[in-house]
Amino acid sequence: MDKTIASPAEAVSGIADGSVLMIGGFGGSGSPIELIHALIDRYRATGSPGDLTVVNNNAGNGRVGIAAMIDAGMVRKMVCSFPKSSDPRAFTDKYLAGEIELELVPQGTLAERIRAGGAGIPAFYTPTGFGTELAEGKPVAEFDGASYVQERWLKADVAIVKAHLGDAHGNLTYRYASRNFNPLMCMAAATTIAQVSRIVPPGDIDPEQVVTPGIFVDGVVEVADPRQEEQMIRAGEAYA
Amino acid sequence: MTWEKLTNTQIAWRAAQGIEDGAYVNLGIGFPEMVARYQPPGREAIFHTENGVLGFGDAPPEGEEDWDLINAGKKAITLKPGASFFHHADSFAMVRGGHLDVAILGALQVAESGDLANWRVGSKGVPAVGGAMDLVHGAKRVAVVTEHVTRDGEPKLVERCTFPLTGVACISRVYTSLAVVDIEDGQFVLREKVPGLSMEELQSMTGATLHTPGPLADLTVPEIP
Repeated sequence: MDKTIASPAEAVSGIADGSVLMIGGFGGSGSPIELIHALIDRYRATGSPGDLTVVNNNAGNGRVGIAAMIDAGMVRKMVCSFPKSSDPRAFTDKYLAGEIELELVPQGTLAERIRAGGAGIPAFYTPTGFGTELAEGKPVAEFDGASYVQERWLKADVAIVKAHLGDAHGNLTYRYASRNFNPLMCMAAATTIAQVSRIVPPGDIDPEQVVTPGIFVDGVVEVADPRQEEQMIRAGEAYA
Repeated sequence: MTWEKLTNTQIAWRAAQGIEDGAYVNLGIGFPEMVARYQPPGREAIFHTENGVLGFGDAPPEGEEDWDLINAGKKAITLKPGASFFHHADSFAMVRGGHLDVAILGALQVAESGDLANWRVGSKGVPAVGGAMDLVHGAKRVAVVTEHVTRDGEPKLVERCTFPLTGVACISRVYTSLAVVDIEDGQFVLREKVPGLSMEELQSMTGATLHTPGPLADLTVPEIP
C-alpha cells in the first residue's frame, strides 16, 4: 500500500476535460493552492483540462487559486454558495459576460449534498431554502407538519484537497479550521488527491486522530510549507 | 418630546442582553458580529462559525493571523479554552439539527409572518447566499438586528417582503434602532420602544401593524463609545 505521489504535476495529470472537480477549502483556509496551480500549469502547456465544473464554497479571490483557473478559461461552471470575496473580479467579470455558469447552493445544503454523494444517499430533505427562489422546481414534502425541500447528492470525478499530515495509506489530519469541506469532498469523488504538509510513516498518525480514513483517498503528495492564499492575495500576487 | 434612535453598537448591546449564559450562538457576518462584544458580565456564550469552529474569540493582533484559523467572514480569529473544530457537514448539523440556541442576523426586510429577506435586493449582479438560508432554520431563536427604516426612510418591518426571501416564518424577534419587536402568530408584538417616541410616530415608520397586548417598556441602552 503506497498512495504517495512524487509531485503536484503528477498528482493532477489524470484530470480529464469536462470533469466535475471538487476543490477543498473555505476561502483560502484548506485550499490546495499548489495542486490548483499545477493544474493551471498543465492547462497552459497542453490546453487540458478545460470545460471543468468546479465545486467549492466560493468562486476564487484575487488572481490566484480558483480565480486564476477562471481567468485562464478552464472553468465552464461553478457550484458554490458564495461567489463573492475581497477581490471577486475573476468570477464576476465572466459571470456578467455570460461566460461562466453558476449553480448557487446554500452552504449547508452544499455540504450535505457532498456528504450524501460520498455516503451513497441519492437525495434528502432539508428545511433550508423552503419558499425561496433557490428551491424553485425542487420537490417539496411535509414531515411532522413542516415543509422540506428535496436536494440531490453531489458527486465528482476528482477531488483535490489540502490536509496537514498524510501517510501512504491516505489517512489525513487537518490543521485548525482548514478541514471545512475537505473531508466531505474526499468521500464524494471517484478519485481523491490530497496535498499534505508532511508525509509520515503509517502508524505515526495516532488512529484516534485520523480525520479522513485512507479508504477515501487515492493519492497523497507532499507540499512542505504550502502557501496561504490569503497572504498571496494581500501581497497582490497573480498566478499568471 | 424628542427621541433618539440607537446606534448600531447600542442595538448590538441590546441584542446581547438577550443571550443566556452557556448559549450556543451564531452571529451573521458584519453588523451582527458586534453582538459578541457586549456579553453581560458573568455570562459566557459559545460562538459557532459555519466553517467549523465552536468557541472562538477575538481577532488576533495584526501580524499574528493564522489563515487556517478564520471565521465565516474569512476574518482571522483566536480560540478560547474548550474550542473545537469540525467539518462542514457537522457544522450545519449543529445549525439545522436545532443544536444552536440563538442565531442573530441582519435584514433587508422582516415580515409580520416572520419571513426574512436578507440575501439579495433584486435579480441583478452576482447572487451569493452563503449560510443564511441554513441559519434561519434550526436555531431555537432566530433574531434580527437592524435599522428600523432604510436610508430612504422606507420601513424594514413590513407586511410582506418584496425582496427575495431567505426563509419563511423563521424570525422570532427583531432588535431595531427604535424598538424591540417579537413575532407571534403572524403579528408584530411591540415589547420596547425608545423613550419619547410616540406609538403613532413608531407605527408611521413601520410597514405593518404593531400590536401591544402586554406591557410596553422603554428601550434604554447605555452610552457606548
